[in-house]
Amino acid sequence: MDVLALSRLQFAVTTMFHFIFVPLTLGLSVLTAWFETKYVRTGDATYLRMTKFWGKLFLINFALGVVTGITQEFQFGMNWAEYSRYVGDIFGAPLAIEATAAFFLESVFIGVWIFGWDKISKRAHAVTIWLVAFGTNLSALWILLANGWMQKPVGFVLRNGRAEMNDFLALVTNPYGWIKFLHTVTSGYMVAAFFVMGIAAWHLLRKNEIDFFTRSFKTAAMFGLLAGLAVGATGDFHAVEIAKVQPTKFAAMESVWETRTNAPMHLLLVPDEANERNAVATASIPGMLSFMAFHDINGEVKGLKEFPKEERPPVLPVFLSFRLMVALGTLMIGLSLLAVIMPRWKHFLDFKLFLWIMVAALPLPYITVQLGWLVAELGRQPWVVYGVLKTADGVSKSVSLLQVGGSLVGFTLLYGLLGAIDIYLLAKYAKKGPDNDTTGMIPVKEVA
Amino acid sequence: MELQITWFVLWAVLWAVYFMLDGFVLGTGFLSGILAKNDTEKRLLINSVGPVWDGNEVWLITAGGATFAAFPTTYALMFSYMYTALLLLLFSLIVRGVSFEFRGKIEGLAWKQGWDRAIMISSFLPALLFGVAFGNIFKGLPMDASGHHGGLLSLLNPYGILTGLLFVCLFAVHGALYTSVKTVGDLSKRAFELAKMLWIPLLLVALLFLGATAYSTKLYDNYLAAPYLFLIPAIAVLALVAVQAYIIANKPLKAFAASCVTILFVVFTGVTGLFPNLIPSSLDPAHSLTIYNSSSSQYTLVIMTVVAFIFVPIVIAYKVWVYRIFRAPVTERDLLENPEAY
Repeated sequence: MDVLALSRLQFAVTTMFHFIFVPLTLGLSVLTAWFETKYVRTGDATYLRMTKFWGKLFLINFALGVVTGITQEFQFGMNWAEYSRYVGDIFGAPLAIEATAAFFLESVFIGVWIFGWDKISKRAHAVTIWLVAFGTNLSALWILLANGWMQKPVGFVLRNGRAEMNDFLALVTNPYGWIKFLHTVTSGYMVAAFFVMGIAAWHLLRKNEIDFFTRSFKTAAMFGLLAGLAVGATGDFHAVEIAKVQPTKFAAMESVWETRTNAPMHLLLVPDEANERNAVATASIPGMLSFMAFHDINGEVKGLKEFPKEERPPVLPVFLSFRLMVALGTLMIGLSLLAVIMPRWKHFLDFKLFLWIMVAALPLPYITVQLGWLVAELGRQPWVVYGVLKTADGVSKSVSLLQVGGSLVGFTLLYGLLGAIDIYLLAKYAKKGPDNDTTGMIPVKEVA
Repeated sequence: MELQITWFVLWAVLWAVYFMLDGFVLGTGFLSGILAKNDTEKRLLINSVGPVWDGNEVWLITAGGATFAAFPTTYALMFSYMYTALLLLLFSLIVRGVSFEFRGKIEGLAWKQGWDRAIMISSFLPALLFGVAFGNIFKGLPMDASGHHGGLLSLLNPYGILTGLLFVCLFAVHGALYTSVKTVGDLSKRAFELAKMLWIPLLLVALLFLGATAYSTKLYDNYLAAPYLFLIPAIAVLALVAVQAYIIANKPLKAFAASCVTILFVVFTGVTGLFPNLIPSSLDPAHSLTIYNSSSSQYTLVIMTVVAFIFVPIVIAYKVWVYRIFRAPVTERDLLENPEAY
């Protein structure tokens, strides 16, 4: 392996690890804020306990999301110096804005939320968790506008040997970035919904705190269903955008080799990359692929053979990741729908199989979001900035094999250890169930 | 004023504010083994920085982001040339952040002692490494057209280590004073005494640094060209003296404020000497990274200036509000009453 391969591997390891924690932060901040708002509105102590219980899990998860985020900013400079130099004029801006406008917000107010229970009014306290939720989601927007620019570069001109920004508005209104943002945050909401439903179902199977966990389950189910539908809808728009601006990624997602109009979708498909064809392509829906790509059954889908070999992404991993992502996503929308309907049935708690399925489903959205990122990032290869800069040209020139090898080992060990501890703590506190903690209780007179 | 100069000033301010704010968190962290006699006192220390450490660390992210957006070439070369040092820094900051969160989550002596050690090491290393990194920036990196000719070991030259020590001493006094302000009783008194004692090595290292700077760097060239600039190091020295004067007068809060001013002006002293370089080349001035040859385009600088002038005041406003909310010292009662405390 060379510096380039190791740097890519390190970026993949650190980014995918970071994204174990980020989606739950995105969604659970919103759910926690929702519970606390319900508490402030109604004075119902169960909502306070829900805020505290889910909030505690939120914080254990949040810590690792924050600290692994620092790596993300550092390693553009450390490992991808040529990339940073070439695109910093336009790519640095959304990152700097993210820190100033969003990251400060979440980091400052998370401190107030943890330590401020008795220091500020109930209403102000509930506002702080909304500010955290708003901050994390706003962070996601700027980061995904930055990533959106790598996928579909806009608002720049090649000048002075680099990409210089000449249209900030184009950068912040880049449809690719916005669709990616909506698709990503709503999938984060699904992660949170399945996290809450999974843990709630686990307790309901043991008949612990039935009221507490039934209410948590119901709220999460509705949140999950709405999020799931949004993930599906934005995913559809996303595919259209990809077909339009990243034809090589789209072709790899569906393993399309030959350009054609009225392209069918093959439900059963086995790519044969070496021979530039599909070994098996059957169970076809006529025109479906053209419809997916252009919302028009006669649209022309570009095949991979249109592009020189050195400009194609690796087909098999992109194809498999995409298929599996869509399959799991569809499954989870179905599960969310069931989860909304089932608790209305009075023998709900006796239907143990369903509750077990919901426990088992907890990891599914985690897997799905990682697959989504594999499609997005592997599908963009060999480009780091689509059509503008190759990944191979972005790597640092001054960093040695030993340095990258050492840092990769270091990251793997450190992240592995911290990840294991974090998951252990999450499991421990999830199993323990809610405390009877009354900090922040609204005195009765205040409610009346 | 040229926007490059505006961003040079902003760049200096972001770093200076970061060191002022994270300085006391780092100092409190690496002194915790000396200051705290038992678990309760350890918790008091951690909880005294608990509400603010995360927000303070964002100044670093912003300083990094601002370097990326305004001076991308400097960002790229600074981070890749100091790869190993930054990696250690990164690992330390990661460990420190999770230590606060994880330490109280399991009851067990070995568990807590493990994280206590982690907090001390992961607070000490950044203090030292930031100093080493800035010492080397002041001195200049061995770089020319073919790139960088050095590694981690070449950063550990005497001047780099001296600057590292300066940062450690600054943050130690800063952290001890913060603790004396933010705790009560015996712990507060002990911290105050420690600050008084640590001030002496700080003074010595600071004087040594001012002397060695004349020998190892070209920082004084700017001052000699425009002597009124000597006001900046003069303020740093005066503030440093004021720290001990206020300690002797038994005014911990004022001593802490003076320590804040000291840190800000130490950074300004170094950075003023750098101008217009961001990283000088120790081999050939033609290959120095300056605010002109490494900056973003005029268009980007305009956009970023607008963004900075809108958001930085907003951030400062709500941070001041947060510091006011948590202005009271942390007591044992706080630990008992808030189950969410670290």
